[in-house]
Amino acid sequence: MITAILVMAGIAIVLGLTLGYAAIRFKVEGDPLVEKIDAILPQTQCGQCGFPGCKPYAEAIANGEADINQCPPGGEEGVRKLADLLGREFKPLSEEHGVEKPKSVAVIDEQVCIGCTLCIQACPVDAIVGAAKQMHTVVEPLCTGCELCVAPCPVDCIAMVPLAETVHTWKWKYPVVEMRRVA
Amino acid sequence: MLRELFRFHGGVKPATNKSASTTSPIAKAPIPARLVVPLHQSLGSPAIALVEPGQRVLKGERIGAAGGRLSAAIHAPTSGVVRAVEPALVPHASGLREPAVIIESDGEDRWAEPEHINYRITPPDEVRDFVRDAGVVGLGGAVFPTHQKMRPGSGGKTRTLVLNGAECEPFITCDDMLMRERADGIVSGAAILRHMLQAEEVLIGIEDNKPEAIAAMRQAVAAAGEHMEVVAVPTRYPAGGAKQLIRVLTGIEVPHGERSTDYGVQCFNVGTAYSVHEALELGRPLVSRIVTVAGNVERPGNYEVLIGTPMDELVRLCGPRADTRFLVMGGPMMGVRMPAFDVPVVKATNCVLAADDKLFPPAPPEQPCIRCTECAKACPVELQPFELYWFSRSKNFGKAQEYHLFDCIECGCCAYVCPSHIPLVDYYRFSKGEIWAREREKAAADQARERFEFRNFRQEREKAEKAAKLAAKAAETRAKLAEAGTAEAPAAAEAPAAEDPKKALIAAALARAKAQKAEIQPQNTDNLSPQTQAEIADIETRRKALEAAAVPASTAPAPQAADATDLPDEPRP
Repeated sequence: MITAILVMAGIAIVLGLTLGYAAIRFKVEGDPLVEKIDAILPQTQCGQCGFPGCKPYAEAIANGEADINQCPPGGEEGVRKLADLLGREFKPLSEEHGVEKPKSVAVIDEQVCIGCTLCIQACPVDAIVGAAKQMHTVVEPLCTGCELCVAPCPVDCIAMVPLAETVHTWKWKYPVVEMRRVA
Repeated sequence: MLRELFRFHGGVKPATNKSASTTSPIAKAPIPARLVVPLHQSLGSPAIALVEPGQRVLKGERIGAAGGRLSAAIHAPTSGVVRAVEPALVPHASGLREPAVIIESDGEDRWAEPEHINYRITPPDEVRDFVRDAGVVGLGGAVFPTHQKMRPGSGGKTRTLVLNGAECEPFITCDDMLMRERADGIVSGAAILRHMLQAEEVLIGIEDNKPEAIAAMRQAVAAAGEHMEVVAVPTRYPAGGAKQLIRVLTGIEVPHGERSTDYGVQCFNVGTAYSVHEALELGRPLVSRIVTVAGNVERPGNYEVLIGTPMDELVRLCGPRADTRFLVMGGPMMGVRMPAFDVPVVKATNCVLAADDKLFPPAPPEQPCIRCTECAKACPVELQPFELYWFSRSKNFGKAQEYHLFDCIECGCCAYVCPSHIPLVDYYRFSKGEIWAREREKAAADQARERFEFRNFRQEREKAEKAAKLAAKAAETRAKLAEAGTAEAPAAAEAPAAEDPKKALIAAALARAKAQKAEIQPQNTDNLSPQTQAEIADIETRRKALEAAAVPASTAPAPQAADATDLPDEPRP
């Protein structure tokens, strides 16, 4: 009887120590799920999901506080990827958070700009250059098209211009010709 | 001298259709009235325009500088006036516009002063820069900037220099005719390349269906007294692919993700070698190339064409038949359908095919894949085309990449043998495009994330810095006040009570303002002359009298106020 208790206690101690050690040795920094979700999100940092940036939205999804269909820039494909990752059902984009739009960039009408710096402060990726009372301009390759600079502009000189297709970005079309469905 | 040759896997033997365009010698195409020279004519970055509208240019004058490490210059193909630098239709399947220099020719075709260097005594880096500025790119069709390939492999040596004269694609005969007529120039170019690469041996691979070219090249090699070997290789498409020709000539199979230079082999097209000769021996940049015109035309042939010549003007020389539906740049296997007839000839244009329904019949309906594996047998890269097809069709791009989609050279052998008429290459091109687009998007997202995180970090840092500055300033003020230790004591005592440094600062400022106020005495009552003093006293008595009069009358406050406002005015004059 005593032996059995000792053996069981011994095993418990050994296992406890092992687990305790493993918990310290193999501690996972941060939440890997958040990182994975964040990698799927388009990083426009537009806040249309209702969270201040993509990372907070990723955290909210991981904690079950937000749904997966709140990211319009990510589009249906983004929702599909999130659904795959989280093992949930696909659902269409929720309309209250906006609709999917073609990728655009902000363009400042430099004739109208008064140099108020409000858009510079609003830009989440520091893609607008300029100084107080100096003309501002958008660095096009850095612009994520989040539209956050449009609202603060007091003279409405920022327009969202859809990106035109170039020879560089042109893609061969999907060669499958869908048969017209006979009613 | 017999050399052991090797085989590459797969390949097909389509009808070559080459004889019709080799009956007449290379002719010079007339100078067109208007030339469109796209800025992006090499792999890598586009050239940067150096000219402005209205500027006169001479033939061979540089109109675009290399726009990066992997780029080459472009030149005015003839003398004339630059009309515009604007987007123009380019020979690309997309039918989109790209920046181009548009030149109106003056018909004189006057050369600019040629630049010369002696490649034997000039440092290799300068020779490479010279070749880059002469706009020499791979003329086999891939337009890889040649100067980037003109460096020896590891250990400062290259074992084998391969000249590619295989020209395996049906209809195309531009390299064949070039070798027949200008073999000495090619051999001279090969000597330059051998010098640059420090190559031990030079192999010139030519398909055995071009006996005239083989004979001409052998003769030129003998005449030049060079030690180069002209090797006839079996005719089999795509023997002209760089990796396939290297395999046939040397037996080396360049593995996935590696380059032939890692194995001591470098490969150039014969046309490229000729351009190198022209650039370094004659000082002439690449302003024209040999183009085969064939297909649905009365007189197929080869022409020396200025870069920028509209294709329709070129095809007109050969008598295109009325039922020509569109033009194809390249051969029937790898060629691309042009979006219009008037797109310009560029450095990549080795052949222009006039297409009709007989030559390019409308694609037969695509049947389901029957898993016959004919495509795998034909694939010269030993891929599994049917697997790639399934993955591409189901848009499973990750899997397609796992099956080495990017090793595919788009030679078209698989689609050629497919009994179900599946346009396999179209699927691979679609997949590659999607994968590239995704990679671009991913890179952009990563960059945005990094910038967003840095911005947040910067804002936090700025806030912290501001707080630190404020705290330091508050401490300083407090110290100063403590030193003064006078009437401001209550204010100074208040300040530490307020933990917020901002509040402390405000309190200190308030205390300062109070002290200042106390210091300043109303000055207009000081140092008055006795006369003014008397006047004031007089006014005061009058005011008293008025007030005394107003109160018993108990009038409305209005006149009283009016009086009050009037009063201060009186002493002034």
